Amino acid sequence: MDLHIFWFILLGILLAGYAILDGFDLGVGILHLAAKKDEERRIFMNSIGPLWDGNEVWLVTFGGALFAAFPDAYAAAFSGFYLPFMFLLFALIFRAVSMEFRSKQEWRWWRRLWDVSFSAASLLATFLFGVAVGNSIQGLPINADKEVVATLFDLLQPYPLLIGVFAVAAFAMHGSIYLYLKTEGELQQRIHRWMWKTFGVFVAVYMFTTIVTLVQLPYVTRHFAEMPFAWVVVLLNVLAVANIPRAIFKGKPFGAFISSSCTIAALTFLFGIALFPNLITSSTNPEWSLTIYNAASSEKTLALMQIIAFCGMPFVLTYTVIIYWVFKGKVELGKFSY
Amino acid sequence: MDFDVVSLSRLQFALTIMFHYLFPPLTIGLGILLVIMEGTFLKTRNVLYESMTKFWTKIYAVNFAMGVATGIVMEFEFGTNWASYSRFVGDVFGSALAAEGIFAFFLESGFLAVLVFGWERVSPRMHFFSTCMVSLGSIFSSVWIVIANSWQQTPAGYHLVGEGLRMRAEITDFWEMVFNPSSMHRLGHVLLGAFILGAFFAMSIAAFYILRKRHAEFARRTFTIALTVATIASLAALISGDFQAKKVAETQPAKLAAFEGHFVTGTSGTPLYLFGIPDVAGKKVDAGIAIPGLLSWLVHGDADIPVTGLDQIPEGERPPVAASFYSYHIMVAIGLFLILLTLLAVYYRWRGTLFERRWLMRTFVFAVLGPFAANQMGWVAAEVGRQPWIVYKLLKTSEGVSSSLVAGQVLTSIIMFGVIYLLLFAVWVYVLNSKIQHGPEEAGIVPETTTAAGLMASAARRADPAGSSLTSAHDPSTDKKEKE
Repeated sequence: MDLHIFWFILLGILLAGYAILDGFDLGVGILHLAAKKDEERRIFMNSIGPLWDGNEVWLVTFGGALFAAFPDAYAAAFSGFYLPFMFLLFALIFRAVSMEFRSKQEWRWWRRLWDVSFSAASLLATFLFGVAVGNSIQGLPINADKEVVATLFDLLQPYPLLIGVFAVAAFAMHGSIYLYLKTEGELQQRIHRWMWKTFGVFVAVYMFTTIVTLVQLPYVTRHFAEMPFAWVVVLLNVLAVANIPRAIFKGKPFGAFISSSCTIAALTFLFGIALFPNLITSSTNPEWSLTIYNAASSEKTLALMQIIAFCGMPFVLTYTVIIYWVFKGKVELGKFSY
Repeated sequence: MDFDVVSLSRLQFALTIMFHYLFPPLTIGLGILLVIMEGTFLKTRNVLYESMTKFWTKIYAVNFAMGVATGIVMEFEFGTNWASYSRFVGDVFGSALAAEGIFAFFLESGFLAVLVFGWERVSPRMHFFSTCMVSLGSIFSSVWIVIANSWQQTPAGYHLVGEGLRMRAEITDFWEMVFNPSSMHRLGHVLLGAFILGAFFAMSIAAFYILRKRHAEFARRTFTIALTVATIASLAALISGDFQAKKVAETQPAKLAAFEGHFVTGTSGTPLYLFGIPDVAGKKVDAGIAIPGLLSWLVHGDADIPVTGLDQIPEGERPPVAASFYSYHIMVAIGLFLILLTLLAVYYRWRGTLFERRWLMRTFVFAVLGPFAANQMGWVAAEVGRQPWIVYKLLKTSEGVSSSLVAGQVLTSIIMFGVIYLLLFAVWVYVLNSKIQHGPEEAGIVPETTTAAGLMASAARRADPAGSSLTSAHDPSTDKKEKE
């Protein structure tokens, strides 16, 4: 296989892995303040406690792989998105330490402070991921020197903002299903209602986003003629979305979780198809777009990295399976848990 | 200093990397101690070592979270502030960074979950395995990042492609890149620095308990384990430092000259300044004490052959002398002090009077600041000594910055990092302090685990998740008891 395409696909897998895995813990964070009692918030944080760090590594590895395989795209995107990415970093920092610090004291204001910071940081991080994806779909003002020439205002246009909202809706739904799996009793009953609500919001935003995308940015489907399997993904996407309420209704929350994971994976795939072969589309001049060919590392490095990926990924998948297996089941708070 | 994008980006990188580097060496060092403690528990089944492992795991988890939170910043910053550098080195540096993610980060973050939360979910053997994997993962991550840094110091296994702004380094030989001239020396020194820090951190807390007459048995045993590690690592760091300095003399003579404040090459042996005040304009070191010929002897094995001075380096390629000189000398001085301190402690430990010597225990409570500072200063020396190059002899630091960036943006982010890190630092100190005040769960009150009662008690402890949650709160009632 063409090494450039291999790396494009691998980055897609890393991104999808990140969106599915960190998606649910970001979603739990977004919903955090909806839990009113201290004990419920403890359950929320403990539900993702052992897992969020490993989930975030998918993002770190995505960043490292982008740097290694497509340094020009990494350099352009990260320097072009300077302030949004700084805010993303602050959000990720606060998320991490809020979980670590929250329960170390009994004081109400202390817990309140870290609760709000945890939830706000999760919301902001999700929103900014969405904005970044929206900007990638829409294209960025890239000049002939492979630099993004954009002010903060240029990056916050309606379409990227819409994708930001969409990301929040998707992760909130994904997170609520995850929470349903991890809780029991009265709390679980309440989360059952949240699942319906977040699903309703998600479907509404999903349909609106799809229409806007197809009307405003029709080029996203330009590869569909030559890639018939893309239609299959669209179909699977719709089926996965449709299966979420079905599974919830039938009392099979795990099926709903798998469906929402598939939905996120399919959306990542469609995002990839919309971009291909560009990594960042230049809105100034299509010639200046950063593609998987003109932004790439040398063939030798791509080949070398392919070996590293083949050696490493089986281990990564093994760890992931082991950890999720060890921490399966409901969250249990003992007498001494926070 | 001008407040341009280059200076501000350097300032931000220095701020964020120095803050970040408080934590990784600490977790690498504590990781080794955890492996020793839990291994001893599995071997002896002495519950004291179990409670010891649990206590240090809690301390470890706080530091690990800080390391993760501040570490992700570093990966972003290469792209946000140093885009031209990223384009130049992506082919080389990016592969090391990606390898770090795939081989190291997944390993440590995955098994950290079992280490911290998995006490009652997996068997003791599986738990011990996880502890080993976390420790191994943290060492792996240092391997890859140190390789990447060393390549910047002593590039190897690459060729240059393209011209002007389009020029970049591409890998020609992966293993030559990995084993570039300075990577293994630097790695050894970095890891030893981490082991020393972890051990002194543990000894600081143990000494505090000994002085307060709390958790006596726990504290003494922790101290002994950590002292062993610290002594071996401190002595090894001296040897590894000597190797490394020789390497620097060979590969980066400008850096060594700056370290030593060596301005004029001269014709005879070069002295070594134990301390002094470098005077750049006057090309001399003031108020110093020098040992004649010692630098020549250390570098060449011959006290009469001169060492290359700064006068042989082109004007525009000389590193800032004062910062290099002071940071390097402070690191060396702290290193020597730690060797003396550990040897003294070993002597008294052997005599059996160590824990009664309150002045020494008091010294150990604060001695942990030494390795913290030495780790920082070592890196300051390594990085400032490389200037004005970002990649030695290939790319200047001023050419590595993102061209699309404006100073106002960087200033904004520096201020925000400053405020956030200050806050985090305060909370980190506060949380660590409360964990230390709380102390380990006393194992002494529990009978031997081989009896039925012991097994029950042990099972009850296992069912107590207080010691096993990253986010667990301590019980205020035991807190009060402890404080009395």
